[in-house]
Amino acid sequence: MNRRELVLQAFRDPASLTGLDLMQWDLLLRQARQANLLVSLYILLIDKELIEAIPEQPRRHLEWSHSVTERYKQAVLWEIGFIQKALGEAGVRLILLKGAAYVMARLPHARGRTFSDIDILVPKDSLGNVEASLMLHGWQATHHDEYDQRYYRNWMHEIPPMQHAKRMSVIDVHHAILPVTAPIHPDSRKLLAAARQVDAQGDVFVFSPADMVLHSAVHLFHDGEYDNGLRDLVDIHGLLQHYGATPGFWAILTARARELELTRPLFYALRYAALLLHTPVPAQALQDADIGRPGPLLLKLMDQLFMRALLPHHPSCDDGWTASARAILYIRANWLRMPPWLLVRHLFHKAFLSPKKEG
Amino acid sequence: MTVSSLTPTELAARLKRGLFLRTGAFTVKLQTTIPNVSEGVRLLYADYPLASEDFADFHVSLSRPFNLRRWFKPQVWFRLEGIAPFQPLPYDQSFPLLEWGLNWCVSYHANSYLMIHAAVVEKDGHAAILPAPPGSGKSTLCAALVNRGWRLLSDELTLIRLSDGAIVPLPRPVSLKNASIDVIKKFVPTAVFSRAVDDTLKGTVAHMKPSADSVVRAGETAKPGWIIFPQYQADAATRLEAIPPSRAFMRVADNAFNYSQLGQCGFEALAALIDQSAAYDFTYSVLDEAIAAFGALQAPAPRP
Repeated sequence: MNRRELVLQAFRDPASLTGLDLMQWDLLLRQARQANLLVSLYILLIDKELIEAIPEQPRRHLEWSHSVTERYKQAVLWEIGFIQKALGEAGVRLILLKGAAYVMARLPHARGRTFSDIDILVPKDSLGNVEASLMLHGWQATHHDEYDQRYYRNWMHEIPPMQHAKRMSVIDVHHAILPVTAPIHPDSRKLLAAARQVDAQGDVFVFSPADMVLHSAVHLFHDGEYDNGLRDLVDIHGLLQHYGATPGFWAILTARARELELTRPLFYALRYAALLLHTPVPAQALQDADIGRPGPLLLKLMDQLFMRALLPHHPSCDDGWTASARAILYIRANWLRMPPWLLVRHLFHKAFLSPKKEG
Repeated sequence: MTVSSLTPTELAARLKRGLFLRTGAFTVKLQTTIPNVSEGVRLLYADYPLASEDFADFHVSLSRPFNLRRWFKPQVWFRLEGIAPFQPLPYDQSFPLLEWGLNWCVSYHANSYLMIHAAVVEKDGHAAILPAPPGSGKSTLCAALVNRGWRLLSDELTLIRLSDGAIVPLPRPVSLKNASIDVIKKFVPTAVFSRAVDDTLKGTVAHMKPSADSVVRAGETAKPGWIIFPQYQADAATRLEAIPPSRAFMRVADNAFNYSQLGQCGFEALAALIDQSAAYDFTYSVLDEAIAAFGALQAPAPRP
């Protein structure tokens, strides 16, 4: 078995894991830990009823990673309750994004998923109310530097992260899924309008299935840092497997990508999920998503970059080009984030004018 | 095979490519070329079994940075699987850093145990747990006890197995600080120590070799017996005072690494531990008297 692709093999064909020897397990655990995928691996083995067939030494590492997630989930639900209250007082619906949304939507692949911040989306014209209400409930603005404030408020798709003074939880308040300065602008009103309710009380919302996939894709393929790249691709893999069985899902997904100007990220998501994780995608959906395919030369380059950067950041997964691939994707992400003149101005300010952080 | 079966040259060569060492319930693969560490391992880990080389729970390394700090105020990095969980320390502190790093590896990962920051020793199948903040004389008392008939389970990390409440040994060198080093050297002239290192965050630190018996019996678990909060106080009379279980519960929880992360499991494990143990505050100034007091402890009555 290819050492470099051990962790990919685990998600492609979990049953093959029962044939691994201890030395392969030793490496697989280290790749999966680096990629923040130990818990996902554990959940997968539980679902496939394979966990008993795993040798004791690696199995307990998987169990260790899982044993703290129940309490983590309780803490997240508790926190969401407070956010909901603050937003309720501002007269705004709570729409959760990413990790918190997967947990609230009870997505099978996201059991045990942990994340550092809670992300929410609100209409742009209620940002002021939401921010004020969150402050009344104990969240404080971070990034007090004037330049940072302007960077977020004028150019980004979110206000500076807010941290709760006592509980230290961090919340990212977004009004769009891409920066204001980016060349494409998926219409937030459409995303908000299609959001669906997930809890019995009726006050917590998440994106529609297609929008969830598209947001996940845009986040992964427009972001410059791939520390959690494979974990995010596994999220897409899980979303596609879960919703893929619903009649009409694939047609809606590809149509929605056109509507929201997100055909390129969807093309990449389907391509690399299928290439790296063997995610089953119907032929028709692949054909429909082809509208987002870049030219052959660019695609060749992107394959070289993503097939490296999306592997775990573990020495056993790197080759001579991995570091360059990550660096190029980082530059590409900034390129996609803002026009060149603004990027130059921003980098200049960050390098020479912003106060230096300690440490 | 134990570490003592390797010559110093063989040990250094093995450390260079990775030494698979069994410590209690965990296998560590240790990679380093630092002579201080090699010397510390040879001295203090002599009785530890070498583990099979196909699987390690923790892949750790100690190394010098590849920059000017190699020559100017040299430093040492501890890494787990290539990632440094803490800032580097002065090069001289390489061996203590290994010990602190290994404690961190266990306390950060091994969540099938309720982990308490406490020394723990055993006699006749029952464990005495000594949770305490630094400066209370916990390690000094532990070092004295294990040289007078008690078996060392651990001097830093008490592991309560969640599945059955058994206390699982993690015998490793006992860390002693400042005046305690000379106190124990006088109390046990035969004890083997690593070279004392000055000016660490905790002052002067030296590690004491655990007995061969405690290392060989690392697989033998113990039942809960006593929870004793030690407090060294100069010139104080030896005093053992029972404390109510509710207070013992809160104080042990305060000293636990993963109590809150384990949620309900952590609560149940701690409640069972408190239920089966007798809890005391213990003040001492004279080690011989302290040991006599521990010798007089009655095993707690078995409960239904």
